[in-house]
Amino acid sequence: MSGESQSNDKTGDKAGEGPIDWVALSGKRAKGRRPQYFDEPALDRLYSTVFALAAEVSALRERQDTVERLLDANGVVKREDIERYVPDSKAGEERGLATQAYMSRIMRGFQQQVEAMAADDPPIMDVVDKLRRE
Amino acid sequence: MASDLPPPYTAMTRHEMTPRVDHDEAARFNFLTHFNRYLSGAIGAGNRLAYESRVLPAFREEHGRDPEHRYEIRDAMNHDDWHRTWSALKRNSMEMRQHFGRQIVLRQIDELDAMARQYNEHSDLLELDPSVEQPAYQTAVDIHCQPGGYHTEERDGDVTVGANYDVGLFATTGGALGGLNDGGGQAVVEWVRSEHPDFAPRRILDIGCTIGHNAVPIAQAFPDAEVIAIDTAAASLRYGAARAAAMGVTNIRFIQASGEDLSRWSDESFDWVQTTMFLHELSSQAMPRILSESHRVLKPGGLMLHIEQPQYSDDMPLFEQFMRDWDAFNNNEPFWSAMHGQDLKQVMADAGFDRDDQFVAGVRAVVDPEIFPPAADGEEEDFGRAAIWNAYGAWKADQSGEKAKAA
Repeated sequence: MSGESQSNDKTGDKAGEGPIDWVALSGKRAKGRRPQYFDEPALDRLYSTVFALAAEVSALRERQDTVERLLDANGVVKREDIERYVPDSKAGEERGLATQAYMSRIMRGFQQQVEAMAADDPPIMDVVDKLRRE
Repeated sequence: MASDLPPPYTAMTRHEMTPRVDHDEAARFNFLTHFNRYLSGAIGAGNRLAYESRVLPAFREEHGRDPEHRYEIRDAMNHDDWHRTWSALKRNSMEMRQHFGRQIVLRQIDELDAMARQYNEHSDLLELDPSVEQPAYQTAVDIHCQPGGYHTEERDGDVTVGANYDVGLFATTGGALGGLNDGGGQAVVEWVRSEHPDFAPRRILDIGCTIGHNAVPIAQAFPDAEVIAIDTAAASLRYGAARAAAMGVTNIRFIQASGEDLSRWSDESFDWVQTTMFLHELSSQAMPRILSESHRVLKPGGLMLHIEQPQYSDDMPLFEQFMRDWDAFNNNEPFWSAMHGQDLKQVMADAGFDRDDQFVAGVRAVVDPEIFPPAADGEEEDFGRAAIWNAYGAWKADQSGEKAKAA
């Protein structure tokens, strides 16, 4: 999770200023009616959750990579070192490539749908029938 | 950095007003830069494929003709399974960017507000005017799905929306705006320096500056000039002024004012009036008022320059117009479509800029090529988002009617 110094304190403590519930406020909707993309509204909700989870898995993988790199370098890892870690250009590229590969894995269904549009295959039954006949 | 990989968030330039971004917060933005690139790159071709392979044929079948307006394509594509899917992905990307950014900013808002207050009290770069009303085109919806728009305060005197705008621009643009999100302003500077090296402006007005990310590079490039950066939104100006102060910029002043009413500035008092990605966030009535006021305050021989995505013209295929329109309907940019459909040259001519004094130039984001990849273009262009713009400009004729400078 986030740096412990701020994250565990959900309220501001400034005199004369109301407490800020940053978790609740952060999710505030933007004014303006949201388009409905799917006939089934639950699917719109599900997309929001799936891709938020995808972002979390990506962040977890990146954190794991950071821990491993710090252990490789120092043999020990402190939480503040994780928060302060800045990849050099080689590590940045390796992590970028890993994220790109991860993206490709979770987006395969979408990517193959685009490929299928370009290929325009006939229904498999057509092929089955054709091979039965020929 | 390999050319097709976005830089990590940690490559962003830091200054005192930069919200602190912890490991996982940066990682979430890294996910989004990749996600956005994936949507425009790897699967970006899907919309055209869907259109050409099934949507257009079905339209021809039904109507016996081709679409005659981008809205006809939009109506048809909004029923297409792929376009709906892709739009849902993209909308969620925008919403996540806002949510992630607001978590970063709001969890440390006490520190950010205190820091901004300190900078603004001591730098004298900020002048707020609570009597300035928020125009309807800024309050009708929260522009680009930023909760609270540019103007709403979470509490008195806070910098939430400004800081959130700054912290997440990187993710939205895939890093294409550079380490300080100022690639647009840098592009303007480079254009002026290369095309008009003798131009030495003394007073510069930036209208609709928000957090000043495009006005600050102009101030930095012309240290002898005085830059006035105006916006109606105090919550953005407050952060912008503190950001500029934290960066050590002193020749800029952030003033709460509307571009529709520049009456506090006298006629012919600026050498240069600039807007950057601003005109599309107005309305049909406000835009000509702002351009007329700009003309009035501009000195003869002065420069008016607007950075925008390209206008729709008859030369632009309807499908491209439709794709560029996506943000208007899916990302709360309600004037985007109408604005880009206008004949901007005529609008500028009506405001006093003779057509012969006008020009259009192409500019692209200027970023550190060691860290940031070149802006995508061509087939993979992220319609309406790419850091490649048109500069719509004019040199105000001097009193004798002579053209001050050729474009």
